[in-house]
Amino acid sequence: MNANAFMFLALYAAAAVLFALAPLAIAWLWARAFSPRKSGAVKNAIYECGLDAQPTGWVQFKSEYYLYGIIFLIFDVETIFLLPFAVACKGLPFAACLAMLIFLLLLVEGLAWAWAKGILAWK
Amino acid sequence: MNQELRDQLSRQGVLLTSVEELYNWGRKNSLWPLQFGLACCAIEMIAASMARFDMARFGAEVFRPSPRQADLLIVSGTVTKKMAPQVVRLYNQMPEPKYVIAMGACAICGGPFRDGYNVLRGIDLYLPVDVYIPGCPPRPEALLDGLIALQKKIAAQHLTGPERPRHLNADAPGEYPVPQFGDHDLVGPRLPAAQETSDAHS
Repeated sequence: MNANAFMFLALYAAAAVLFALAPLAIAWLWARAFSPRKSGAVKNAIYECGLDAQPTGWVQFKSEYYLYGIIFLIFDVETIFLLPFAVACKGLPFAACLAMLIFLLLLVEGLAWAWAKGILAWK
Repeated sequence: MNQELRDQLSRQGVLLTSVEELYNWGRKNSLWPLQFGLACCAIEMIAASMARFDMARFGAEVFRPSPRQADLLIVSGTVTKKMAPQVVRLYNQMPEPKYVIAMGACAICGGPFRDGYNVLRGIDLYLPVDVYIPGCPPRPEALLDGLIALQKKIAAQHLTGPERPRHLNADAPGEYPVPQFGDHDLVGPRLPAAQETSDAHS
């Protein structure tokens, strides 16, 4: 296949991009030349439902959320990895088994840590 | 340009126009109303946009749920004093050029609820209204008639001179003051022309 076939594609792509961008560019130039900017505090407001945004978005989130993240990893994601591991367990080479066991060990370590910290107790 | 000559040419299949006419033709046929209903007039507005009355025939069927994408505010129904700041804020957030249709007796002057303590006596106290549609509520045909009246108004605008559309006029305000809740009533500046009529009536 010669290069000219791809040249046609490249030209076609360039024409398509230009076709899409040209109206936007013309509209932008037109607005710049003829229509004065009218921005204001209300117009640039974040919320667009007619109401003032309240309260502000700069609020603190509880940092304890990371505990739930860890527990989720241990009990939920672990299951996803354990199932294929259990299915393919017999045919796995020793190195793969070892890697999986290290992964499990890390998760169990996390569980022990969470248990020791008392997160598992119902409060 | 001579209208007679243009008619003759158009019969021969030659269409002549000016930049102004082409520009206004595009503007008047692509009004995007804000999807915003206030009271029973809104039901008629919805009916006007649906298949039976089909506002799409006039290029105004694209009701936008965000003021950032709309250029026509149809004030359809009773504007309570609680709601008035929100209406003005929505208008302020619309891009230029923007138009206002006051639909129904309530939006024009308060209508049957005019003497209610909580009813605004016409949205034109705070916003520049282009077209008033009387009725209680106006039928969808009346809304279409109002829309066509607005289109005629847009088509007749000159792009230069003192009567030019507001988006080409640096002096036309982009935002109107949002009324605030006072102790007993809305406080804040009103539009001067409307204030006179309101005071005369009340």
